[in-house]
Amino acid sequence: MPDSRLFHRPLKQTRRALTLIAFFAAISVTAGCSNLGVKPWERGLLADPDMQLTVSGVDAGLDDHIYFSKEASSGGRGFGGGGCGCN
Amino acid sequence: MQLINSSKNGKPVGRALAAATCALLGVQATDSLAKGQPGEWDVETALLVYSETDDRVQAAEPVISATRNFDGERKLNLKLVADTLTGASPSGATPSALPQTYTSPSGNGSYEVAPGEAPLDDTFKDTRVAVSANWEAPINRDYAYSVGAYGSREYDYISTAVNGTLSRYLNNKNTTLTGGLSLGVDLVDPVGGAPVGLSRMPINSNKSQADFDQEFAATRESDDTKTVVDALFGVTQVINRQTLMQFTYGVSYSSGYLTDPYKILSVIDDAGGANYGGNLVGSDGNSVYLYEQRPDTRLKHSLYWQTKYMLGNGDIMDGSYRFMIDDWGITSHTLDLKYRWQMAKSYLEPHFRYYLQSEADFYKRYITASEYNAGAPTLTEASADYRLGEMTGLTFGAKWGYRFNDDRELAIRAEYLIQTNDGDQGFGSLASQDLYPDTNAMWLQLSYSF
Repeated sequence: MPDSRLFHRPLKQTRRALTLIAFFAAISVTAGCSNLGVKPWERGLLADPDMQLTVSGVDAGLDDHIYFSKEASSGGRGFGGGGCGCN
Repeated sequence: MQLINSSKNGKPVGRALAAATCALLGVQATDSLAKGQPGEWDVETALLVYSETDDRVQAAEPVISATRNFDGERKLNLKLVADTLTGASPSGATPSALPQTYTSPSGNGSYEVAPGEAPLDDTFKDTRVAVSANWEAPINRDYAYSVGAYGSREYDYISTAVNGTLSRYLNNKNTTLTGGLSLGVDLVDPVGGAPVGLSRMPINSNKSQADFDQEFAATRESDDTKTVVDALFGVTQVINRQTLMQFTYGVSYSSGYLTDPYKILSVIDDAGGANYGGNLVGSDGNSVYLYEQRPDTRLKHSLYWQTKYMLGNGDIMDGSYRFMIDDWGITSHTLDLKYRWQMAKSYLEPHFRYYLQSEADFYKRYITASEYNAGAPTLTEASADYRLGEMTGLTFGAKWGYRFNDDRELAIRAEYLIQTNDGDQGFGSLASQDLYPDTNAMWLQLSYSF
């Protein structure tokens, strides 16, 4: 397929770059963790329901189910689950 | 700092703080807007319609999720999901320059695929009902826990799971450590019985019904089970007033029947001559197809990172990345980005997702006649399921929501997925066939919460 070529040519390079980005992000964040945080009275913005890590459990559940049935990966955010015979 | 009405939507700080605490509690929040009024049910309903191009899978999926808030932190969530699937699914066989005949999974019929067409099993039809319950509560000011149960049933599959998490707050609740465990037991009862892995698909041509029935019975096993144990360890960290970050490491071990009972592989003639690259023809005059066989254990590791950032104007950026690696030889990268534009009473949230996956060690687009070895395969495992192959997925989507007030919201969401596969291009006459057709799917979701 001509269009699959478009996505697949840089497969190895992209994979390597993504791994490196994740590694450096993890290092930089964990290194600074002890100095991070806010005072209890500074939580106004973080308390916004839209700032929850999962804003809609229903949206996330439906998407997880779709991707579980279409890909070889699952979980990450929560338990990998499965719960269907679709994969 | 104001202690009342300081949040953007004019909600009391106490209630908003409760919402934030809940967000920090678990790695998999199940509530919707965390409206969190004690003694009330918050309900989120949705209808999802899913459609793949080329007459493939079509699905409709209604959901209802209700959360009872006992006080700011103790919550019970109940969820019911139903889905109805129809359409055709790729069988794993390769297209051919000649017409092809396959036996349906039940053994009671057969289906034909025209020359050059992708072999799709159009007997695919199922209805699934899933229920789950989740309870979360604090233990004391430093610890919280959650417990949950899940059960689902479809025609040929029953799934059950229980899970629990324990969270520890540190650093003035700026850091939350969460550990979790989930145990699932599934019962697989495929239509027509589970086929023996790498056995030949019997085809009801050029033979008597009695011979076919005998052949079919010889390829069948009884139902089987699958167990899945998942463990998670997560760190949620408040970075500053506008930024929240989470890291999660997950390990998942599955054992038992992990094969897809409905997937097959074509055996391709590599002996040279006129049929080079065509389907191998057996002594009964029918093409040779084998049922797939996967390993009976799988160990997966995943690393997940997510960050949410609120801009000065109230817009929210949400980015996540997941790395997954397993002992089947698959590695995958998933990048997910969302941007929520806040408007007066509504919001618009474009979404982009990128997925990249390498193929499983035992993934084979087809088996050669040499590997088939006249019925004594030289391989112990093989699958042509495109979901285990080299794959790239791109999803573009958007969600628009309108908030009537703090409690009621109407939202519509649309997503479009393009999956492309790549790999071995075949040989001889097979090389002129499209072995990796794209999969395009779109889904539309209407939600109402109150």
